[in-house]
Amino acid sequence: MSVSDLVVRFGSRPAVARLTFDAPHGQVTAIVGPNGAGKSTTVAACVGLVSGWTGRIALLGSSRDPSRPAPAAERARVGVMLQDGGLYPSARPRELVAYVASLHRDPLDPAALLDELGLDPSTRTPIRRLSGGEQQRVKCALALVGQPELAFLDEPTAGLDTEGRHAFHDLVRRLRDDGTSIVLTTHLMDDVERLADHVVVIAKGRGLRSGALDDLVGGEDCISFSGPLDADLAPLRAALPAGCEIVESRPGRYRATGASDPLALSAIASWTAQHGARSSSISVGRESLEDVVLDLVGRQP
Amino acid sequence: MRAWAHAGWEARLLLRNGEQLLLTFIIPVGLLLGLALTGLLPDAYGDDRLARSVATVLTVSVLSSAFTSLAIATGFERRSGALRFLATTPLGRVDLLAGKALATAAVTCLSTLAVLGTAAAIGWRPPAGAAWAVVPLLVGIASLAACGFALAGLMRAEAVLAVANGAFLVLLMFGGVIVPADSLPGPLGGIAPWLPSGALAASFTETLVDGVVPSAGPLVILLAWLSGAALLAARTFRWS
Repeated sequence: MSVSDLVVRFGSRPAVARLTFDAPHGQVTAIVGPNGAGKSTTVAACVGLVSGWTGRIALLGSSRDPSRPAPAAERARVGVMLQDGGLYPSARPRELVAYVASLHRDPLDPAALLDELGLDPSTRTPIRRLSGGEQQRVKCALALVGQPELAFLDEPTAGLDTEGRHAFHDLVRRLRDDGTSIVLTTHLMDDVERLADHVVVIAKGRGLRSGALDDLVGGEDCISFSGPLDADLAPLRAALPAGCEIVESRPGRYRATGASDPLALSAIASWTAQHGARSSSISVGRESLEDVVLDLVGRQP
Repeated sequence: MRAWAHAGWEARLLLRNGEQLLLTFIIPVGLLLGLALTGLLPDAYGDDRLARSVATVLTVSVLSSAFTSLAIATGFERRSGALRFLATTPLGRVDLLAGKALATAAVTCLSTLAVLGTAAAIGWRPPAGAAWAVVPLLVGIASLAACGFALAGLMRAEAVLAVANGAFLVLLMFGGVIVPADSLPGPLGGIAPWLPSGALAASFTETLVDGVVPSAGPLVILLAWLSGAALLAARTFRWS
């Protein structure tokens, strides 16, 4: 799936402003960003629930028409979990999931799916009397029961307890390994670190970064550190052991790759001391995704 | 057609809902007994009290199921996001609304059978041409369901609730239903036959009281409301 130059306006206010990103086939893509960043609006545009947007949305090999709802053939291949409801309050979980399954050609077993998500499939409690986390599990089952090739999950882990989140993580990983492409939005960096292959960071409707999770936070052999903008790195490069590369990963933030030799850490420590950075700015191994996202979002005007 | 699958789902939820059963079966049957067996309401019913009560109550039940209940349920499903979600499944928007209309028609027909059965039990004998009542029944359901959808897609769920109930009561009293149009005072008597309620009541009276083939006039009025409401709904229906 790919989105380019997407603009969605509600009235005069643009909720999404020239957003561009890819969600690679067969991977889990996480869209993260603060409240009101435009995550849900982006999902709604992708699944045909808002119209009148401009730009280009391509999924499963065809471009979406902004003036029409998604065509039937595409709806059968795309699963959707909405943030704002989508449930029949008087229905029971299993009968609702079974009904939606009956709309699909080759669905999963509704009872087994609910069970996998940690909800007793034999419960006769109407959905309106389930807890928020239980309703969340039903919504997730509705999105996935049709064995979609591409699933959009808007805040799938909101309100879930720890067991529920882990069950969800296991299910998403299994689906991804079976070839399903998944696009999810979340506020929990733990979800992203455990699940995502690809990350899109947005704020105020603009894309700040889109790339592989490893590119965003670095790998185990990385050392990240702060310094002045566009610093002259030549002296530091000369001091580092062979095989160690440095890039400015974001403005004022540098990353050394291939830096598993502790001598690299010592060279970097000396360099940051000369440039007035604090030792707490040095992070060995993967950076905290939360710090990276806060840093990116914080740079927004 | 997935619309049939959806109609089955909707009918299942409708028939399990206590409030809905009250509106669909208990109130029409109670109203029939009240109108037919007591001297409660209008002298206008004359010697045909029982037959005219049947025509009146069937009009009430179509108004209640196809317009009021449908509009309110659709309004709240819009708010709960159920409509948005189903629009993303293979069901889609057209089959979703068609399925709801079919379920409404099925439930209204059941309600009609309950009313006719009760009427027969208290001594009503249908006139020879009474089977023609199927025509106003189906046209009336389609027309009022279109009005219900048009209303449900236009405003917030709470407003739909208020307007659908208010319109129901006003049509019942002043729309040529309980009080026949020709017994209404002043300009109301002139307006009522042009309303879907008055047109449907007139057509039911022709078929169930007089036992004649329904005349074109009221049916054309119902079809005009059907097209108007369908056009309005197509232009203004909002899914969330």
